[in-house]
Amino acid sequence: MDVMPKWADVVLVPVISLILAMVISALVILAIGEDPWAALKLMVQGSLGSTYGWGYTLYYATNFVFTGLAVSIAFHASMFNIGGEGQATLGGLGVALVCLAVPWPHWALALPAAMVGGMVFGAAWAAIPAYLAAKRGSHIVITTIMFNFIGAAVLNYMLVNVLRPTGSMDPATAKFPPGTNLPTLHEMLAPFGISFSKSAPANISFLIALLACFLLWLLIWRTRFGFELRAFGKSESGAIYAGIRPTKIIMGSMLISGALAGLMAINTVQGEAERLVLNSVEGAGFIGIAVALMGRSHPLGVLIAAILFGFLYQGGAELALWTTIPRELIVVIQGLVILFTGALDNMVRMPVEKVFLRLRRSNNGAGE
Amino acid sequence: MKDMAGTADQPSGAPPNAPAAIELRGISKAFGPVQANKDITLKVAKGAIHGIIGENGAGKSTLMSILYGFYKADSGEILINGQPTEIPDSQAAIAAGIGMVFQHFKLVENFSVLENVVLGAEDGALLKPSLSKARKQLTQIAEEYEMNVDPDALIEDIGVGMQQRVEILKSLYRHADILILDEPTGVLTPAEADHLFRILRGLRDEGKTIILITHKLREIMEVTDTVSVMRRGEMTATVKTAETSPEQLAELMVGRKVLLRVDKKPAHPGATVLKVEDLRVVDEDKVERLRGISFEVRAGEILGIAGVAGNGQSEVLQVLGGITTATGSVQINGNEIDLTGKHSDGRSRRERGIAHVPEDRQRQGLIMDFAAWENMAFGYQWDPDYNHGLLMDNAGLKRETEGKMERFDVRPPHGHLAAKNFSGGNQQKIVLAREIERNPDLLLVGQPTRGVDIGAIEFIHQRIIELRDAGKAILLVSVELEEIMGMSDRIAVMFDGRIMGERLPAETNEGELGLLMAGITNDSGANEGAA
Repeated sequence: MDVMPKWADVVLVPVISLILAMVISALVILAIGEDPWAALKLMVQGSLGSTYGWGYTLYYATNFVFTGLAVSIAFHASMFNIGGEGQATLGGLGVALVCLAVPWPHWALALPAAMVGGMVFGAAWAAIPAYLAAKRGSHIVITTIMFNFIGAAVLNYMLVNVLRPTGSMDPATAKFPPGTNLPTLHEMLAPFGISFSKSAPANISFLIALLACFLLWLLIWRTRFGFELRAFGKSESGAIYAGIRPTKIIMGSMLISGALAGLMAINTVQGEAERLVLNSVEGAGFIGIAVALMGRSHPLGVLIAAILFGFLYQGGAELALWTTIPRELIVVIQGLVILFTGALDNMVRMPVEKVFLRLRRSNNGAGE
Repeated sequence: MKDMAGTADQPSGAPPNAPAAIELRGISKAFGPVQANKDITLKVAKGAIHGIIGENGAGKSTLMSILYGFYKADSGEILINGQPTEIPDSQAAIAAGIGMVFQHFKLVENFSVLENVVLGAEDGALLKPSLSKARKQLTQIAEEYEMNVDPDALIEDIGVGMQQRVEILKSLYRHADILILDEPTGVLTPAEADHLFRILRGLRDEGKTIILITHKLREIMEVTDTVSVMRRGEMTATVKTAETSPEQLAELMVGRKVLLRVDKKPAHPGATVLKVEDLRVVDEDKVERLRGISFEVRAGEILGIAGVAGNGQSEVLQVLGGITTATGSVQINGNEIDLTGKHSDGRSRRERGIAHVPEDRQRQGLIMDFAAWENMAFGYQWDPDYNHGLLMDNAGLKRETEGKMERFDVRPPHGHLAAKNFSGGNQQKIVLAREIERNPDLLLVGQPTRGVDIGAIEFIHQRIIELRDAGKAILLVSVELEEIMGMSDRIAVMFDGRIMGERLPAETNEGELGLLMAGITNDSGANEGAA
């Protein structure tokens, strides 16, 4: 019997962590002489109070769903892929190349092609560390993080020397042709009579992200590969006994992970910027780690955690805009949430487990 | 917790006037819903060897962990030499004069004996004075108790029996008066075990108190003065060893009479199923673990491989199970199988009709975090029966698991529980249910009853013999001589990567097998020194 009921594990513990993070954040805001309650209201208002706010929150959340899922699938195979940043960077390159290669007549054709482009490039960027880990025993954490830097350098080179339109001083590609532009939530909801903010960047990629959550859940818990992947993640010696080849699982999980991270680019590159710029990933690869930790590597948990982080991003931007709370402090608040929900998980989990143990024991005692 | 002292009517071996070395009063400890210790009351007299015997999961190790400060009891009191003592951690236990020798030694492999003894008990920042002081004391203690060890030998270079002596020396160096040994003979040859018992008797005669935790009745009878029996977290009886019998203890342990002998009809061996020739394994450190062994197993017979752990038996199972690569030749039903690992693995072995109950069910045979129904498909997840196209047939698996759990008497019969929530014996039954119900041509079984309680041992043995009687070939590896002698139709003894000889169980005895296990054959005398 597990110590805690499932709802406590997946809901109660993260919520308590979150409340702790908020309390500390409130103290920090108090310390610089601002009103934490007003700040919270502003964050909620700015990110959830309007379709404009929602449009941004969901836009950020879409990024975090992809990178969070990427980290999660690797987690299940006990691989710590912290190269989501680099894989998403390369995914952006893949999406851009697809979008610029052909004069796409319609987004419905451009989107699947761009998805393939992003996934292949992202997967390829994960493939090298995965191969090194499977065949040479190189530590996946070290190699993937190094590949983030190489990825950034590759993108830099490509933008400056290859993809930059002649005459432009900006290290960015040309604008993608209109046939690649994805429908935004505004356009998608209009036929249903729902008016959604026109200027918010959320687009059809959000639905792709939802679909990815479902497919990944299916893959992990309903397929043979998922079974083998989880078995390998729990016990490598057990997997070898069962005839599961480690190389297959390491490569498979990392390729899927890289592909998911690369898929993020359809949201940022194709959906929002409509061209490839430097640093289009903006740290989402790293946020994905926190999202996966907080979501306990479950696609549904990842979705919820991603929306929470979307809220923090958008709410943080609003704070910076409307108050004297400096931009850096927003990063501090985001950092606190990551710290409490990810790194300090056990700090909350252990006392909660103790409470449940005591409750159960007193119940049992009454029953006997 | 109410005082249950009234139930502690067992007379211990202590003289009535002296305070007991250890007295436990009403100790209880629960892990979640599992009550590991229930109101335990125990007195151990000074200068006695006290045995604690019980099935796996009976709560012996938990009780000792409480005594050594690893766990805190939910309620109850510990008295050391009559003084109520709080033991919040192992430091306090050591201060109270308690020493513990764990089943798995806690030694630093690349440190010398001396360094291991001093580790954690250094006098200051500089090592030199501590080491030279320790060397003097160590020599003294070693002489006193006839425990000869070379203080400068590295742990990795000495045998397990010697390593155990180092563990004991560690405790004595820390001035332990009470020594707890947890399953100390699990890794020893019969001769090494006898030596250990001599040391324990010597320690007792010097006034030390010894608690011996074991599930081996023979050891209890041989070395202890008093013995306590634990069952399901409770102390069911404490008796003088001289006044009891193995049968009575076994009955007290499981609460009913058990067959200690395996009940089986003579074998009717058929065609050769497994033929192994010149099998060699070289491990990562370039050490030859198997030095060219050959044997056969025929349909309808059990070949038992006896030997002290680490003499190549594990490698035999791992090669045949597709886990380790090897050179040589292995044939199944006349067909050669690939040993290089390039075209074969655990899965291709299973497809050839080899089922494998591994020695280590927790690290290999099961995924501890997986539900029982998932574990029932573990290793066979590719089977079309378990899959509907792209997806696995989870519902069908769960249904099938119910039947398997019922037929193999897995308790509790809840397929959704994770494997880690079952006791050792029930975990083993899950593995056996999975492997035996595949109806394999060859069943590889490693340590089928290690850490399994007596009631389940009988059941597991019967199932394996049923499979034999159904005309299947069985290769049994066990470090329990009694099990090998009881189960096998033929016995091969391994030592240092070689088969020292084959015997028929009716024509041999534990003494002869013990000599073979130590590498000594009747005609050649001492063969080779133990590695």
